[in-house]
Amino acid sequence: MASNIVEARGATKDFGTVQAVKGVDLTIAAGELFGLIGHNGAGKSTLFKMMLGLIPITSGEILLDGEKVNGPRFRETRRKIGYLPENVVLYDNLTGIETLYFFADLKAVPRKDCPALLEKVGLSHAASRRVREYSKGMRQRLGFAQALLGTPRLLFLDEPTTGLDPGAIRDFYRILRELRDEGVTMVLTSHILAEIQERVDRLAIMEGGLIRATGTVQDLREGMNLPLTLEIAGGAGLAEQVTRVLHGIAIESIEEAGSILHIRLPREAKMPALARLATLGDTMRDLHVREPSLEDVFFGYRN
Amino acid sequence: MLSIDFRQIGIVAGKEFWDRIRNRWVLAVAVVFTVFALVIAYFGAAQQGAVGFRSIDVTIASLVSLVIYLIPLIALILGFDAIVGERERGSLDLLLTLPITRKELILGKYAGLAGALAFSTIAGFGAVGLILSPQLNLNALFHYAGFMGSAILLGFAFLSIAVMLSVFAADRTRASGLAIGTWFFFVLVFDLLLLGALVVTAGDYGGAIFPYLLLANPADVFRVLNVFSLDEVRTLYGLATVFPEALSNPATLGGVMLAWIVGPLAVAIWRFER
Repeated sequence: MASNIVEARGATKDFGTVQAVKGVDLTIAAGELFGLIGHNGAGKSTLFKMMLGLIPITSGEILLDGEKVNGPRFRETRRKIGYLPENVVLYDNLTGIETLYFFADLKAVPRKDCPALLEKVGLSHAASRRVREYSKGMRQRLGFAQALLGTPRLLFLDEPTTGLDPGAIRDFYRILRELRDEGVTMVLTSHILAEIQERVDRLAIMEGGLIRATGTVQDLREGMNLPLTLEIAGGAGLAEQVTRVLHGIAIESIEEAGSILHIRLPREAKMPALARLATLGDTMRDLHVREPSLEDVFFGYRN
Repeated sequence: MLSIDFRQIGIVAGKEFWDRIRNRWVLAVAVVFTVFALVIAYFGAAQQGAVGFRSIDVTIASLVSLVIYLIPLIALILGFDAIVGERERGSLDLLLTLPITRKELILGKYAGLAGALAFSTIAGFGAVGLILSPQLNLNALFHYAGFMGSAILLGFAFLSIAVMLSVFAADRTRASGLAIGTWFFFVLVFDLLLLGALVVTAGDYGGAIFPYLLLANPADVFRVLNVFSLDEVRTLYGLATVFPEALSNPATLGGVMLAWIVGPLAVAIWRFER
């Protein structure tokens, strides 16, 4: 087993004269939960399809567990992969369990494993109902069960939580954590940045066919050097006192919203500012340090 | 070059076949065949004031005319969205990430649909054969079986064309347009064009190659295959003298039909793998 389960080197895709993916280098380690973010047209779907071998690569190469996905060990490589497409489409005329049987047969997974997978995604009650009658969220869960067939080593999840309600999203990430504990590598895309920022180990920001940045959420925040925000709650006269004690520290802005004071300041000013604020005593009821959100980071890299 | 895994083909074929059984497609088509065939067998001579079963030769000749219209249409409708339908709905990408090659996927689809079509044909015309059997001798039964066999081959050929169209077409709408166009061309226009060309040239040029041009149309191959194996009909059509000996050999005609099955399917695979 290769230690880097996904390895892209100079992966490029041209559609006629348009270069959708421009020489992407990317490595994903075994066991990582990796996020790929970017707006529509950034090239992330194309890169996803290249990794899955659905569209041929113009130049460069992508290896999954050390093998080309359409290479001579095609079948073995594919048995290690699970894929959940965005807005998964299954067969309306089949029941839930028949759907899994069909995909299990093609993946050479014993059919007796299927009921447990339906149980895992919470669809046991609908096993013998036609997919036609399934809600969008149920289809998504059935698609997820399909991706988990044959205990794949590498899962590709394209916008996996589309159509799921908050409870189902929580269940979904619980299953992802269990899978990571079992050593499964997962690559997922999302446009709901807030949703994935607490949950992925590392992520890549894609823009204009290029990967602009790769790292942990913290790496990316620090790499951008975006300002932090201090949120302070307190009584009357708070604004004047805070302005007084922070005199001489490089503050970007102070805004008062109701009884809360929002102070934007550079990361390096954080500790000196906190030390001085501590001298305020009871004037200050509460204080939060808010890191820049992934949205801030994302839009920072875009601009 | 990846080897072919016949199990993968069988899984896809099984799904396609059972889909057609479950949505009663097979049953509906079989009933259509049975009803039409019975009507033709018993009332085919009503215009001449007679009702009831006549000879097997005349019955088969009438059935041939029916089948030439019906089977290409049914086969084209059955196969036109085999690939483009999956592509348009969005289920194709998921299939192609599985351990199945594109060649296996097409062959599986084709085999499953061909199985459903053959099953309908055998059930539909077989039922009629059973009903007629008390009035048929062994030779007549043999002819009837030959008719059924060639009808299945005709269906396979047009199904092969349909699957090819479903690979080339950008969407289902265009695929259905192409399928209907194909039906019009081979079933209605082709013979008219040949006849027109013969009349315009007054038969002066290339008269000898015209019979061979019939091989360029699987529907005509089917007609020739059936019409020329029946003595009574051969005389009836008065074609025995103008038709070259080489073409009245059922094995040659069967080979041409086989080429019409394999050819479009091979083109479909070639295109789909690119």
